[in-house]
Amino acid sequence: MSIILQVSNLVKRFGALTAVDDVSFDIQAGSCVGLLGPNGAGKTTTIELMEGIKIPTEGSIRYNGEPLGLKFRNEAGIMFQNTALQEFVTVREMLVQFSRFYPKTADIDELVEQYALKEFLHQDTRQLSGGQKQRLLLAIALINRPKILFLDEPTTGLDPQSRRNLWEQVRRVKDNGATILLTTHYMEEAYELCDEIAIMDHGKIIAHDAPDVLLAQHFNDVVIQLREQDIPSEIGEVAFGATYRNDSAHIVTSDVNKTIEQLLQLKVPLQHLRVRARDLEDLFLELTGKELRT
Amino acid sequence: MMWKRMYALFVARNTEFFRDRSALAWSILLPIMIIFVFAYAFTDESPEKFKVAYLVASDLVKEEGSPAFEKFKSTRYIQFIPVQAVDVNLRKIERHQIDLLIDAKTSRYWINQTSPNGYIVEKLLIAAYINSSQTPVKTTVEGDQVRYLDWVIPGVIAMNMMWGALFGIGFVIVRYRKMGVLKRLRATPVKPIEFLTAQIMSRLWLLIVVNTLIFIGMDFFLDFRMYGSYVDLFVVFTLGCICLICCALLIAARISNEEVANGMLNLISWPMMFLSGVWFSLEGAHPWMQKFALILPLTHVTEAAREIMIDGVGLTQVLDHLLVLTFTSIILLVIGAKIFRWE
Repeated sequence: MSIILQVSNLVKRFGALTAVDDVSFDIQAGSCVGLLGPNGAGKTTTIELMEGIKIPTEGSIRYNGEPLGLKFRNEAGIMFQNTALQEFVTVREMLVQFSRFYPKTADIDELVEQYALKEFLHQDTRQLSGGQKQRLLLAIALINRPKILFLDEPTTGLDPQSRRNLWEQVRRVKDNGATILLTTHYMEEAYELCDEIAIMDHGKIIAHDAPDVLLAQHFNDVVIQLREQDIPSEIGEVAFGATYRNDSAHIVTSDVNKTIEQLLQLKVPLQHLRVRARDLEDLFLELTGKELRT
Repeated sequence: MMWKRMYALFVARNTEFFRDRSALAWSILLPIMIIFVFAYAFTDESPEKFKVAYLVASDLVKEEGSPAFEKFKSTRYIQFIPVQAVDVNLRKIERHQIDLLIDAKTSRYWINQTSPNGYIVEKLLIAAYINSSQTPVKTTVEGDQVRYLDWVIPGVIAMNMMWGALFGIGFVIVRYRKMGVLKRLRATPVKPIEFLTAQIMSRLWLLIVVNTLIFIGMDFFLDFRMYGSYVDLFVVFTLGCICLICCALLIAARISNEEVANGMLNLISWPMMFLSGVWFSLEGAHPWMQKFALILPLTHVTEAAREIMIDGVGLTQVLDHLLVLTFTSIILLVIGAKIFRWE
């Protein structure tokens, strides 16, 4: 695979704040890369620099070996985190307007069909629900048949059903050969869609690889999950080093049998016990919660 | 491709304008209300001050006139304006911009026989010279009666264009920027100059159509004076609109806060409204005010339109105004496009 986007030593400062701090990575053509990170990590600034929306303080971004220019604008599809659409304009008129900005465009009727816009095609953009608006924004981002698609938290604020629908649509874009760069808060989303993930914190990329590779690199253990009420923190934290979140105790162990034996000895009820493999959520916490913030 | 992109933005802005019924209604009703209220309010009302121009050899040398003239000069409620040329001021008498012109040395005076103000000022002049050895010599200037309505209409139309241009464009762009509409456009191949040109074209034709309708409607009701060519007037108003739109584009080039935009738009619109000679002549006003008025685009639109409508002059006679409007537009547009910020 060839490199479609090359990010080199990217720095973006806003006064004294360094939002993006010497970030470098390459994106392979046809891949889907997820940019993950907590709020304020610099994800949106990084993606906007890559989209050419913001000008970097230092560093460079090259699209197919060239600086971002008209060719990039013609071949890039962008869906911002928060995009307001022109008012008093219908969905169809919006699609027609954007199609006139590009030399090569997708068939509007095809987009309407693929992204299920028909039911609200002649509706004013002000009257769209969150899910409908996201579908329209995705269709607008795809109007120029982009070779690279930027999605900044595309499913934030959507209900689970709408989110899964959007995943399906993103998969379809990927299957058609487009390169995708997406930022997300949802680890499940990153795992479902991305070939590679890059985890950012404090403006730096702290891990970048395929999700399974990263998990294998960082973990050789599993998590035993119990209800918080079944194992009080005095026992859980002292005996097992458990962490508590979302009303659950999470015990990390590389020897499940031994840990269960210990729990039985302490008469901890195990009816709600769940054993799970380590996931991106754990990886994220591991990297952003321990390495950088301790 | 560039034209196609501009056309897309042009169509989108027009669609938005026409579907926003409250804004559409407001932009049509407001100028009609203004014209009716102000035109009728001022039609039958004489100005409080009379204006008398008197000939002096030089601005720099203060000349003492005859005792009779000095007595006349001490009359209250008359504004005395020193002037040096006769011809240009005879024209002003014709147009009721001044009520009487007098040469204090020879006691010769000029007056418009049809002017009510001129009649009163003449009586006051004769009264002041009663016990004087000099006798004022009367010369009549034959001029058409130019009603205040005829005089004010060109300015009112120009002023309506100013409001439409400044607030119609300025606010829309600032709102687009605040909402993130511009940010989305930035992610496309659209260039700032394409976006700005589309905004100019969209607002321009709307202003022209709206003001043409107002012009026709007002002419039907008020039957104001229109001696010049409609094509010439169209050229003046079109250039004026472009210039005023470019003012708005410059103001809206970077601002993303509607309150700041409102303040800045008011800051330039109110001085234009009062210092561009829309409502009253700046004849006799302080020289700095007259000079300041010359940098306001509305002054040039108003004066050029007035000369065409009242005096029936052609484009060559208002070329100075047209050149000022053209160059100002180009400068404002270039700076606006240069400093334009999508976010």
